[in-house]
Amino acid sequence: MAHTNDLAHGHDDHAHHGPDKGIMRWIKTTNHKDLGTLYLFFAFTMFFIGGLMSLVIRAELFHPGMQFVQPEFFNQMTTMHALVMIFGGVMPAFVGLANWMVPMMIGCSDLALPRVNNWGFWILPFGFTMMLSTLFMEGGGPAGGWTMYPPLMLQTGNAFPFLIFSVHLLGISSITGAINVVVTILNMRTPGMTLLKMPLFVWTWLITAYLLIAVMPVLAGAVTMLLTDKYFGTSFFTAAGGGDPVLFQHVFWFFGHPEVYILILPAFGIVSTIIPTFARKSLFGYDSMVYATAAIGFLSFIVWAHHMFTVGMPLAGELFFMFATMLIAVPTGVKVFNWVATMWRGSMSFETPMLFAVGFVFLFTIGGFSGLMLAMTPVDFQYHDTYFVVAHFHYVLVPGAVFSIIAAVYYWIPKWTGRMYNEFWGKTHFWLSAIFINLTFFPQHFLGLAGMQRRVPDYALQFTDFNEISTIGAFGFFVTQFIFIFNILGCCYGWFGRKRDLPDRVWEGARGLEWTVPSPAPYHTFEDPPALPVSEVTGVHDAEAAH
Amino acid sequence: MSADLRRRHWLRLLFVTLGMFGFGFATVPLYNKLCYAIGLNGKVANEAAAIKTASVDASRTVTVEFLTTVNGGRPWKFRADQATVQVHPGQMTTVSFYMKNTQDHAIVAQAVPNVAPSDAAQYLKKTECFCFNRQPFAAGEERHMPVVFMLDPELPKDIDRITLAYTFFDVTDVAQKN
Ligand code: HEM
Ligand SMILES: [Cu+2]
Repeated sequence: MAHTNDLAHGHDDHAHHGPDKGIMRWIKTTNHKDLGTLYLFFAFTMFFIGGLMSLVIRAELFHPGMQFVQPEFFNQMTTMHALVMIFGGVMPAFVGLANWMVPMMIGCSDLALPRVNNWGFWILPFGFTMMLSTLFMEGGGPAGGWTMYPPLMLQTGNAFPFLIFSVHLLGISSITGAINVVVTILNMRTPGMTLLKMPLFVWTWLITAYLLIAVMPVLAGAVTMLLTDKYFGTSFFTAAGGGDPVLFQHVFWFFGHPEVYILILPAFGIVSTIIPTFARKSLFGYDSMVYATAAIGFLSFIVWAHHMFTVGMPLAGELFFMFATMLIAVPTGVKVFNWVATMWRGSMSFETPMLFAVGFVFLFTIGGFSGLMLAMTPVDFQYHDTYFVVAHFHYVLVPGAVFSIIAAVYYWIPKWTGRMYNEFWGKTHFWLSAIFINLTFFPQHFLGLAGMQRRVPDYALQFTDFNEISTIGAFGFFVTQFIFIFNILGCCYGWFGRKRDLPDRVWEGARGLEWTVPSPAPYHTFEDPPALPVSEVTGVHDAEAAH
Repeated sequence: MSADLRRRHWLRLLFVTLGMFGFGFATVPLYNKLCYAIGLNGKVANEAAAIKTASVDASRTVTVEFLTTVNGGRPWKFRADQATVQVHPGQMTTVSFYMKNTQDHAIVAQAVPNVAPSDAAQYLKKTECFCFNRQPFAAGEERHMPVVFMLDPELPKDIDRITLAYTFFDVTDVAQKN
């Protein structure tokens, strides 16, 4: 394939031919749609593997006492579950969505660096094979938690170097993806699409990409220092040689807190795309959404120590990080307000993507509230390292980030495949997911408040009831996802007699350049920069919206 | 919007990436400087302090408690010869610690001090301490080791109780390599 990187290549040969045939198509592909598909299939495979790990955890916690697994293996499961879900599930899923949608939303033919895009994806299967292979090694996988705190983490056996190198690989993959997204968005928008006319999904991804470029290298540095501490006698974090293990926590969370926003900003973009479509109004407060996203991106760099209130900080530090953290709730609140205001007096309909988006607004906000409680230094001394924290971050990550990914797949799958999913099963999927996820995680708030610690395979008897409910919810949620898998694969492969009979604009309330191309979207779109009619501009400013 | 412009753009971003990778490492010296400067995290200097003779503030009495830990499950005996002492700020005080290597081979140990509350760290000045150097012990050897310290009279008024904690680490392997 004679791919030129030049936007202005006009009508060369590949305008008319489709993808290569067979497996080599997927290995060699530099097409953003193919890579988007690969990323999404990879992410859902990882969700499945990480999901199985969470079931091991929940099965063990169904009753107090040791049930199925050894404590050591239990801790390997909590560690690997988090790593797989964050780095293998949520992040690649968002990169996959960016691959598919960013070029189609800004009207360019591909990402700026298609070959880098191919490498970025294919690093991932190797990285995760390496990481998962540690489970079969002598001594098992890493068990010190996804936060990898020394000195505990330095006691990991043979798995240790494999973990570190796999983190390096995942980091390289995310950084290449992020650079690609920034260069594409800033250089390849169709004429007339100014920054403040970009769809919000593009905006949120732009800021996410900057966060990735800023913090993934810091994580890489931190784990490299762990590696040299373990094998080369350095003392970055070993107290005996003058290092300080607490420094690792600072460096980790300097990465870690922006990372949690990397996991949620693209979700904000998705929800800001879906709600206007099904409320049949333009997004309320587009500009404030952009500024709020930027503010969150900035603030995320100055709140990291709210994860370490209990390590012993000067009072001034505790206060600073407490107030800075609470400040983040302000732009987040602006966003929630805007979503609700968009729905206000809209002619709403509740197709499956909208159900997931509204579910997101509601349930993510619960996670935001528990975050605010954790942000209060004095009470965090009680909540820290309990199930209350587990409940908090699962509310923001599962009915938050994961619901948004599901919503995005339902919303765009008709555009990707040309086939409509089954609405009845979609709605069933939503309601069962919403019920089971609350069954799983709501009781964990109570468990945490009552003092049940996280990352422990056993607990006191009085916690049994809530743990039983939580485990039932987790198994229910897992099984429910098969509805989704079949519904989506049905679109991909035309099962259940699904026909390719969809109009370009699949949802009549949808705007944006992606709805001006046929369904399914052809292999190559926007070889020439398209015109941008006013009707397709999703970034409508308040003054324009008024008339 | 040429390909050239884009190449320059992604190269710039790549430099940012490399810079941030370096920043990860730069946090180590930055943090250490900050810790000693403001006593963050209860860190105290691991070398003798130059002490200006200060007048003893007999109107205040501060309790100093001692805590000893052996890291990593080594079977050594390590304890303070006195659990606490009462001192006046500005007064030189000598205390003593006991350590016995109960193992059947020689070891080298390094003690790391820590002060709580961390606000007090920078006011605790030591002129002599076994933590300033690595301590070799023959198999079965035992020793009493002095620590000479003074509390700076500038010690914030609200502090009337300080804990000085020592952790002994086994650094035999590292010591042999050097
Ligand atoms: C209003 C916004 C938020 C506030 C005020 C907030 C506050 C906090 C605080 C104070 C903690 C530390 C609790 C502890 O360990 O004692 C925490 C933990 C956590 N938060 Fe948030 N948070 C917010 C939003 C989010 C979002 C949007 C995400 C991700 C999508 C997130 C993910 C996490 C995770 C993963 C942890 C736990 C990390 C760990 O210890 O393993 N948070 N949050
Ligand atoms: Cu955080």
